[in-house]
Amino acid sequence: MTMAAEPLIRLAGVGKVYGNGTLALNGFELTVGRAEFLCLLGASGCGKTTVLRLIAGLGSVSQGRIDWPDGAAPGTAPAGRADIGFVFQEPTLMPWASAFDNVYLPLKLRGISRAAARERVEAMLERVGLAPFANVYPRELSGGMKMRVSIARALITEPSLLLMDEPFAALDEITRGRLNDDLLGLWRGKGWTVLFVTHSVYESVYLATRIAVMCPRPGRIVADLPIEAPYPRREAFRTSTRYNDYCRQVSAALHRAMGEPGP
Amino acid sequence: MNGLGVALRITLPLAVGALFLGLWELLVWHYQIPRFVLPAPSLIGRSLVDDFWSLLPSLLLTLKITLMAFALAVLGGVAMAILFSQSRLVELALFPYAVILQVTPVVSIAPLVIIWVGFDNVELALLILAWIVAFFPIVASTTLGLRSADHNLLSLFDLYGATRWQIVTQLQLPAALPYLLSGMRISGGLALIGAVVAEFVAGSGAATGLAWRIIESGNRLNIPRMFAALLLLSAMGIVIFLLLRGLEHLLLRRWHESAVSREL
Repeated sequence: MTMAAEPLIRLAGVGKVYGNGTLALNGFELTVGRAEFLCLLGASGCGKTTVLRLIAGLGSVSQGRIDWPDGAAPGTAPAGRADIGFVFQEPTLMPWASAFDNVYLPLKLRGISRAAARERVEAMLERVGLAPFANVYPRELSGGMKMRVSIARALITEPSLLLMDEPFAALDEITRGRLNDDLLGLWRGKGWTVLFVTHSVYESVYLATRIAVMCPRPGRIVADLPIEAPYPRREAFRTSTRYNDYCRQVSAALHRAMGEPGP
Repeated sequence: MNGLGVALRITLPLAVGALFLGLWELLVWHYQIPRFVLPAPSLIGRSLVDDFWSLLPSLLLTLKITLMAFALAVLGGVAMAILFSQSRLVELALFPYAVILQVTPVVSIAPLVIIWVGFDNVELALLILAWIVAFFPIVASTTLGLRSADHNLLSLFDLYGATRWQIVTQLQLPAALPYLLSGMRISGGLALIGAVVAEFVAGSGAATGLAWRIIESGNRLNIPRMFAALLLLSAMGIVIFLLLRGLEHLLLRRWHESAVSREL
């Protein structure tokens, strides 16, 4: 297992049993390094979303521990929790609020006034390319634009960890590619860590510094593969032999994960 | 909708109405129907003009009861729905009683309420009865609306450490607004019905709203005035309905699918 220098979170022997008796995770081990772009890859229903929700503190672990080697664990204090940004599979915007107000939400909940937040929110909208759409309501935005608003909202608190749950799965190929590039651009500029859940081999290889492959029922990590390709990654990377080799390698790991559901 | 559509939407019902009234007038005239059985529309119109100033205080009384009952139903209904959304226990304990209050015909509760509070303060009795009828649609629709807030948005509010109050005011209430407004449209009409029924039961000139004037005019065989009062009542109902629909459009037109015209 290749490890980035400084661990940000460590999940040790984490198990999760839901109220209806479903064993979603069992003996789940994962360390996320600081400034990593880690893709969690697996088939639908293998517990990827559960991992993200547990890390975000949106549910309790049934066994094992989630450690934050330095700094308070999210959930111990309201201020600590805001150190995490979450992007859902759906844009999950408030339909009654403009793009500006949706991005402003996390700051508003922290008690920051609209006037004090204005500059920051506008700068963030600018960064995701939505400056002219600040006063537009979600229903008037395209799917890709809504997702950009969702990403801007997650980044407005400048979180040290960004959790993304198949954020681009519902988008068309072209929009998805463009958002992949924009996301990498945003990530490279800052020092934050991304944990990105996807079921697409191609997307994970394009984005990640490291890919953790999950097997289903109960969810566990069965392969951990570093992607050693330099950034910025552009269209040329998608057509390179190295990209294809990685895709083949990751795809094989995914198939192994599906073929042997574990002991 | 295009210009022709709008024109049709207004002129067509008007034409049907005019045709109906004309036929009515003609039949009354042709068969010499006595005015205490069926007055001609022209006679009703004249009664409306002649009796307007005597009917106006009654109109204002019924309007006052209706609006107050409606306002209290909205306030109480929303407050109760918020309470329900905060505590499942409170909801389990109280919701059946809200249902019982709703399904028991108001006419059958009215005599009791009139006996308890009506002798001292008949307006309060009317208000209580109108409120009972108007209350339930608000509670039911708002409770559903508060619960229909996007679960992932709820998770997000949790993630950012939002307080219960922030979740209610900034997530659940806006999400419930379309439901509340549609409940209000039903409740507005019901408040008027409740006020009228209560006046009927109170009877005997204690309450002098429009409904009482209808009974009184009937007793005196002044059928044209009976029709005039009836006309005023339905006009009031229509105005309340239109105002609430306007409010709905105003509040939802920017974001809710129900109020946004479809682009084709």
